[in-house]
Amino acid sequence: MTPAEIALLAAWCAALSLFALAGGLLLSGIDRKLAAHMQARIGPPIRQPFIDTVKLLQKDTVVPANAIPWLFNAAPVVALVSSVLVLFYIPVGSTMPVLGAYGDLVLVMYLLTVPALALVAGGFASGSPYATVGAQREMVTMIAYEFPLAIVVIGVAWRLGAAGISHPFALQSIAANPVWSVTGPLGLAGVFILLVVLAAITPAELSRIPFDTQEAETELAGGLLVEYSGRNLAMFSLAQAAKTLVLAAIIVAVFFPWTLSSFLAMPPVVALAADLLFFLLKAVLVLFFAVTLVRVAMARFRINELVSFYWVYLSVIGLAGLLLLMADVIAGPLAGVGI
Amino acid sequence: MSGESKKAPYRVPIGPNHPALKEPVMFTFELEGEVVRDVDFAPGQAHRGIEWMGMRRNPVQIVHLTDRICGICGVVHSLSFSLAVEQIAGIEVPERADYIRTIVHEFERIQSHLLWAGVAAHELGFDSLLHLTWRVREEAMDVIENLTGNRVNYGIVQVGGVRRDIVPEQHAIIEKCLATYEGLLDTLLSFFLDDRTIRMRCRDVGVLSRKDALELCTVGPTARASGVNVDLRQDYPYAAYGDLDVKAVLPDRYLGETHGDVYDRIVVRLLEVGQSCQIIRQCLSEMPAGPITAEEKLVKLLATCKKATGEGIGRVEAPRGECLHYVRMEGKDSPASWKVKASSYSNLMSWIPMLRGSQIADIPIIVASIDPCLSCTDRVAIVRDSRRSILSKDDLHRLSVEKTRRLQG
Repeated sequence: MTPAEIALLAAWCAALSLFALAGGLLLSGIDRKLAAHMQARIGPPIRQPFIDTVKLLQKDTVVPANAIPWLFNAAPVVALVSSVLVLFYIPVGSTMPVLGAYGDLVLVMYLLTVPALALVAGGFASGSPYATVGAQREMVTMIAYEFPLAIVVIGVAWRLGAAGISHPFALQSIAANPVWSVTGPLGLAGVFILLVVLAAITPAELSRIPFDTQEAETELAGGLLVEYSGRNLAMFSLAQAAKTLVLAAIIVAVFFPWTLSSFLAMPPVVALAADLLFFLLKAVLVLFFAVTLVRVAMARFRINELVSFYWVYLSVIGLAGLLLLMADVIAGPLAGVGI
Repeated sequence: MSGESKKAPYRVPIGPNHPALKEPVMFTFELEGEVVRDVDFAPGQAHRGIEWMGMRRNPVQIVHLTDRICGICGVVHSLSFSLAVEQIAGIEVPERADYIRTIVHEFERIQSHLLWAGVAAHELGFDSLLHLTWRVREEAMDVIENLTGNRVNYGIVQVGGVRRDIVPEQHAIIEKCLATYEGLLDTLLSFFLDDRTIRMRCRDVGVLSRKDALELCTVGPTARASGVNVDLRQDYPYAAYGDLDVKAVLPDRYLGETHGDVYDRIVVRLLEVGQSCQIIRQCLSEMPAGPITAEEKLVKLLATCKKATGEGIGRVEAPRGECLHYVRMEGKDSPASWKVKASSYSNLMSWIPMLRGSQIADIPIIVASIDPCLSCTDRVAIVRDSRRSILSKDDLHRLSVEKTRRLQG
């Protein structure tokens, strides 16, 4: 790579990082507003997460006496960096992933666990019983949803591979070939099931009701985050916001990759802006159904209920989706559709 | 999770201030993984010395102090205190006043139970239901404000009667509110009882067996949810309840079985909202005309109270269970003794069997399920040399023997 290319890449990464933070905070604001309206409240203004972040950044950061300071302070940084980093590997609007050449969906899956691990480390380093219980729960939650998540990722990539698409795990090819377009009727049902499974994993990844046991305000008073304050807490909330955007981006990239510019001819600059707006719209819709609607309509699960939900019910549903996809591949050539 | 293999149980303090607790109480949990092995709690964090203040005032003034014992049960404490004083001074309360007392008392039950239902939903992480129930609760608050002039600390009850009459124009307002609640009750019941997540979180959680409920002398909805048929309104009627048709609400009458769990406590409280509507309606139609107080002139009333000697007990079925006021007058301005036993005092000990063996996640809803009111309950706090201490059963026995000897001279 020439220095110019490296500079361009760095500029793209900086722009994307800003977009991850701002877009994430915006999505959180929209989520809060929508939830408030569904609960017959007015709710905070959409810019409230920005106000909160600015306020938190100005506040003192307290490190508890019995915490492990270096780990306690490092955890938010790791969480923030890793959450933002994931977006470099995911297509946003019509822009292909900037680091797409260096990583695929499997890497994204691994990167997604890093913020959660940072939270766990920070929780254990807090030296508070609430945070310790929260950290244990976060680990259990992570273990619980990893398997269904893997089913979704492998299912989609495998189906694309079976359709003869090269590099099926690379997000460029996933985004370029919507999985719906390569499947027959059986496969469509299978893909839809996988979409539901991924949507059901989203609240747990974002620790939202009904899967927010690790923070559980009424039980653990914030759990993992109970000892965090000021700049550290701001970094965690920014990481959370970035993760919100990232998860929406993953669902959009894997299941709804269409862009406006591919349907309508428009100048490149307009296309970039239009696709970005279209992407945000899709992200809002995805999050509305996967997070907002779920969190206003349910009570919090107990941790053992959460585990059985993911390991038993969701895994079985995911495997059923996978079986449908396999049946689709077998039936595809016979029916003359698909491949 | 960590299960049995993890040897060392660890201690988690919850309280005195914690989001799960609406009022201060200090819990110490011994946990093994997510499971509660043992629990201890220390009330007495909200002691305000109200009885001490009362012993320096006359009964007419104390009634308004009793309003402030609890933010929710304004009528309960003032009614209970008035009953005790009326008993001592031999004051006959006019029938109409009894009916008005009953109506406000039942409205208080409605708003208290709805408030509780919202809190319970919040403890479960179901905030939509919290906002919904609290919005519905406003109707009752508005009617209470219309009847008494206040949303909280009503100041409607006074010794010998009530301070405000219910005029015919207000009947329509009350009727409208009752119709709203009766229309909503089925919706509320289905929101709370048919919701799968609520059923999952509340069924067979925080179980209090009938035997434990009896042995621990629990009262109110906590006892009724465990199948104990107690309700002062049916067992020892006061105010207008003797004329009314009140039967204790038991879960098996609605569901056909009694589990004694959190779910049953929700059932009992929600059904009592409907029951209260019926009682108010009956009161409105049967309310006789007449004066609303036995003695309109406060100076004369005070003189009657001043002359009175003896002791009296006022018992009232509060939304949380039986509330008891003991008053002893010795011909002076202020009572010689005044003791308040709030309903939560009888219910707190039931926490221990409910919490043992439960999960951390269930602690908030179990703690909330008895609808604890600690500012009502906290009547004593022992502080010596700016340090708090706990009196054991032996200490208390010794102190009471000493006091008896002192009284005998």
